[in-house]
Amino acid sequence: MSDPLIQLRGVTKKYGSGVAELMALKGIDLDIHAGEFVAIMGPSGSGKSTAMNILGCLDTPTGGQYLFKGAHVESLSRDQRARLRRRFLGFVFQGFNLLARTSAQENVELPLLYRGDSASVRRAAATKALQAVGLGGWEHHTPAELSGGQQQRVAIARAIVTEPAVVLADEPTGNLDTQRSHEIMGLLMRLNQDHGITVLMVTHEADMAAYAQRMVHFIDGCIASDEPNPHPTTAAPAATEEAT
Amino acid sequence: MLYSVFMLALRSIRRNLLRSFLTILGIVIGVSAVITMVTLGNGATQSIKTQISGLGTNLLMVRPGQRPGPGGGGAGVPQFIEGDAEAIASQIGGVAAVAPEGRTSVTVVANGRNWSTTVIGSTNAWFDTGNWKLASGRIFESDEQRAGAAVCIIGETVRREIFGGTIGQTGLGEQLRVRKFSCTIIGILTAKGQSGMGDQDDSVVVPLRTQQRRITGSHKVATLLVSMRDGSDSTRLKASLTQLLRERRNLAQDDDDNFNIFDTQQLAATLSGTTQVLTTLLGAVAAVSLLVGGIGIMNIMLVSVTERTREIGLRLAIGALENEVLLQFLIEAVVLSALGGVIGIVIATAASWGLSILMAMPYAFDPFINLLSLAFSAGIGVLFGYFPARRAARMDPIEALRHE
Repeated sequence: MSDPLIQLRGVTKKYGSGVAELMALKGIDLDIHAGEFVAIMGPSGSGKSTAMNILGCLDTPTGGQYLFKGAHVESLSRDQRARLRRRFLGFVFQGFNLLARTSAQENVELPLLYRGDSASVRRAAATKALQAVGLGGWEHHTPAELSGGQQQRVAIARAIVTEPAVVLADEPTGNLDTQRSHEIMGLLMRLNQDHGITVLMVTHEADMAAYAQRMVHFIDGCIASDEPNPHPTTAAPAATEEAT
Repeated sequence: MLYSVFMLALRSIRRNLLRSFLTILGIVIGVSAVITMVTLGNGATQSIKTQISGLGTNLLMVRPGQRPGPGGGGAGVPQFIEGDAEAIASQIGGVAAVAPEGRTSVTVVANGRNWSTTVIGSTNAWFDTGNWKLASGRIFESDEQRAGAAVCIIGETVRREIFGGTIGQTGLGEQLRVRKFSCTIIGILTAKGQSGMGDQDDSVVVPLRTQQRRITGSHKVATLLVSMRDGSDSTRLKASLTQLLRERRNLAQDDDDNFNIFDTQQLAATLSGTTQVLTTLLGAVAAVSLLVGGIGIMNIMLVSVTERTREIGLRLAIGALENEVLLQFLIEAVVLSALGGVIGIVIATAASWGLSILMAMPYAFDPFINLLSLAFSAGIGVLFGYFPARRAARMDPIEALRHE
């Protein structure tokens, strides 16, 4: 097996100081290999969001090591982390976070704009990404004209438009109804299988986590369990079953 | 990079069109107020200068009495005579022309109409001292001046009020009744327009002797008009003029001058100095509104940064550098305020052009103040946009994304 894409070694995260001190992560070890689909689960306050922020290079650990593609990234500066994010990471959020009054196309192009790509390159890549999420033909709709599920698809297109190594999805189905949730999970699964994108997903819904090949449970700042999912869900349940 | 950040800024301005407009309103008003004030002020200065140069360039007005003004210095002050003018012309260097002048208010009658005007008695030198040109006809002949002939040259206003018709043309050769005598109109003066001293075209000019004999019945002369040659030293000329007149008026060493010399150049400097001070003051007041406009931009940019916290968080998360976010908001502020500046210039140009027509003043476009206002408004964008922009750039992406 090749070297892991992501390696966490004894990662700790401390918030506050003195009496208000809080250990959000109490020494985490975690290896994630390229091409994996990992669900991170746990109750609120268990440290899963903190871990996700550190994995996504949005935050730095207080202690321990983080190796991304074999390189130490735990003590990078703000701008160095931003450059790493724009090059290797894609983000999907619970609240979609699309720019209002901005077309799907422009929303998807946004990360490319920061990479300094030319207009023609941006347009082609955005069109391709929108097609990959099944929104070909919706390029010129603004978020207000799209359903929640469609908005999340645009957000996923925005995450994959840079062809990242990892997509980090933080409760991607949290704002969607069950059927849309399964559609989004099916999409993430396909991106993982067909395009080989590593997917890290935080969720607290067991039937969404069931799509992943591996489940990591956080409890009280520690990893309580880390086991493969022997039978990942491969297709959304039929809509008729959902109705019952 | 700069280009794409610039495009980002433009996009976000376009997304909030109404708010963007309201944001720049303060700048628009500030810039247009400053430019309009300064342009109108310059126009006023210019028009005063033109009017005064219309009085005659390098003109000295010599009057009896210690101080300039109407009344001729009161009782007991000796008046001038025509010989004074001749003496000045022959004895003082640097003098271009000297004209004795007497003015009398009269009602003139011709063509069945009355008109109240001023009769000016003088010599042909008067046309030189006042820069007067004839629209038609001729000036006085020497025997007409010597004999005090019944001839006159009328100003444009008199011609218009009595004869009407084409400018500078009608009335030539007609008889004009002035008090108890009639004179033949031999010329019409080219119009000069309004001046700070009233309508310069409202006059009838007759030979000095005609006025003295037929109207005032006195050989006194109220004013001496002395025009200097270009480039002659007015201080020295005034000094030798004073000395000559003191001798001719038999003043002892310790007597005060019983006449005064009034310099139109001095008047021009004083008046245009006054309007320039006023222009500066008005411009300064208007500049305060620019400052207020700048604070308005800062206010809206701060609101915008707070409101767009999640957007900023997202931009940072997907890999925007701190400087790129800073630059985006800064450019947004600068583009907004510069846009305000441009709109302000357009409005100011229209307003000052229209107002200068309404107020019958020349439209004095000043490229300097336009460029300055534009630069200043863009500078306001940088100044007042920097603080909100820095606030946006320094946000923690995690906190920002969580912001509701």
